[in-house]
Amino acid sequence: MRADLDIIQEWIPHGSRVLDLGCGSGELLEYLQQHKAVQGYGLEIDPDNIAECVGKGLNVIEQNLDLGLANFATNSFDVVVMTQALQAVHYPDKILEEMLRVGRECIITFPNFGHWRCRWYLSTKGRMPVSEFLPYTWYNTPNIHFCTFRDFEALCHRSQLKIIERLAVDRRHRDGKLANLWPNLLGEIGIYRVTR
Amino acid sequence: MPSELPADSVGLVSPQTAHFDQPLMLACGRELPAYDLVYETYGQLNSARSNAVLICHALSGHHHAAGYHSLDERKPGWWDSAIGPGKPIDTNKFFVVCLNNIGGCNGSTGPTSINPATGKLYGGDFPVLNVIDWVHSQARLADLLGIDVWAAVIGGSLGGMQAMQWSITYPERLQHAVVIASAPKLSAQNIAFNEVARQAILSDPDYHGGQFYSHDTIPKRGLMLARMVGHITYLSDAAMGSKFGRELKTDKLNYDFHSVEFQVESYLRYQGEEFSGRFDANTYVLMTKALDYYDPAAAYEDNLSQALAQAKADFLVVSFTTDWRFSPARSREIVDALLDAKKNVSYLEVDAPQGHDAFLMPIPRYFTALRGYLNRIEL
Repeated sequence: MRADLDIIQEWIPHGSRVLDLGCGSGELLEYLQQHKAVQGYGLEIDPDNIAECVGKGLNVIEQNLDLGLANFATNSFDVVVMTQALQAVHYPDKILEEMLRVGRECIITFPNFGHWRCRWYLSTKGRMPVSEFLPYTWYNTPNIHFCTFRDFEALCHRSQLKIIERLAVDRRHRDGKLANLWPNLLGEIGIYRVTR
Repeated sequence: MPSELPADSVGLVSPQTAHFDQPLMLACGRELPAYDLVYETYGQLNSARSNAVLICHALSGHHHAAGYHSLDERKPGWWDSAIGPGKPIDTNKFFVVCLNNIGGCNGSTGPTSINPATGKLYGGDFPVLNVIDWVHSQARLADLLGIDVWAAVIGGSLGGMQAMQWSITYPERLQHAVVIASAPKLSAQNIAFNEVARQAILSDPDYHGGQFYSHDTIPKRGLMLARMVGHITYLSDAAMGSKFGRELKTDKLNYDFHSVEFQVESYLRYQGEEFSGRFDANTYVLMTKALDYYDPAAAYEDNLSQALAQAKADFLVVSFTTDWRFSPARSREIVDALLDAKKNVSYLEVDAPQGHDAFLMPIPRYFTALRGYLNRIEL
């Protein structure tokens, strides 16, 4: 399992109700359903991902996150998860608010644009970073709202959200001691557990 | 006519008739003392009797959903693209049952049957039906076939309403409900279209209060008009545009009212004409009324989530982007109620140009998901 997903599953209590925003092919939901008796729902817009989730027997709803979560009742989920999608939505601040209306707690992961490799690329080449991890060109990318650890925390602060846990990982290794020492520079992916 | 049957066809099939002597109490308060249901089955019922799938038909549908009645038949059953060996509703896995609903005109008891109380054809006196009546009668058929629990109940449009009603009325008797291009109740606009269709029939002088059989005539003009109106609502603006545009049948405008000038006029007239020759006017008004009356939330303080909270089934809900008869927003109402009721549900909004008719088309994305959903059902 993807390093960030492996950490997330540990944070999700057995038997809870989970909403996964941008659930992809359902990797996390499938694990949670099989190992944690979770009633999970995924929201997704990619047809192939939706078909894959349906074939796996997962609950998947075709829904565009940019249109909000108005159809979900307040406090109807224990945990709302959004992995690697924050940077791709039109209104990251609004979706964050919505996630914490619908769920008691939310777990968010995003690529850290403050990572040294991004900084190095930008400062030496003077161009928007393109890497194996973020392979898109600036004019043709689903990622329209990049942020750093510090940016995200500033948003949480402004919205008066409590950060319960924070981890920095890279794609392959789930515990980077160095990364957690200096996340904004050395963390590739930020994983946050947030509540009201 | 196929020169030989395709390998993925259920092949030659013959309808069967089940007779029921136990009276059926109807939602309107009247009862059917006895009735027949005509049905077809495809595939084999397994020894555990756990692989049965019920297909519910829509407004003008019937029991002949797949395969051919004979090698001379021009077209296979109405949902042949979806039902067969290796198809999304795979007859290698499932035992598929499709019946003609009560009130129909394809062999099941309906307006063209004899009313035992009078010894005459029911005609316009056939009891007005509600979707729940069909569900009760389908449950009796399930009893007869030895099916305690359906692996899935599947339907599009009015058929989807039956699938939903099944999950509410007989929650223990189905594992999955597949609700396609449907709605939790009709909108005022939907009812308005149905009313135009009904008035076209009822006001046709040949209708004779529904007893036209004894006058040796049919309300052909009325039925034709009703179908023409209906057909407009089945197609999207774009689908009609690309199919006909403003294309003319004649090389110039005639400046009269009787010529068939635009291609779309010709198409609608053909559809109406063809339909009026094969469908019963009384069945048509009954079916539209059942649509209008459908409102499962009504029995639960108008709360759809409360209605669907009865369900034990898992759901697959599918809508089509250009369907304006039962738009994606209507399917979303069903999905939201199911979410609210904490039911298992998946939802697809399939991008398709065909309008409401899309539910009968083998659209790859739609069929892939349907296949995937049904494949993973454990029997």
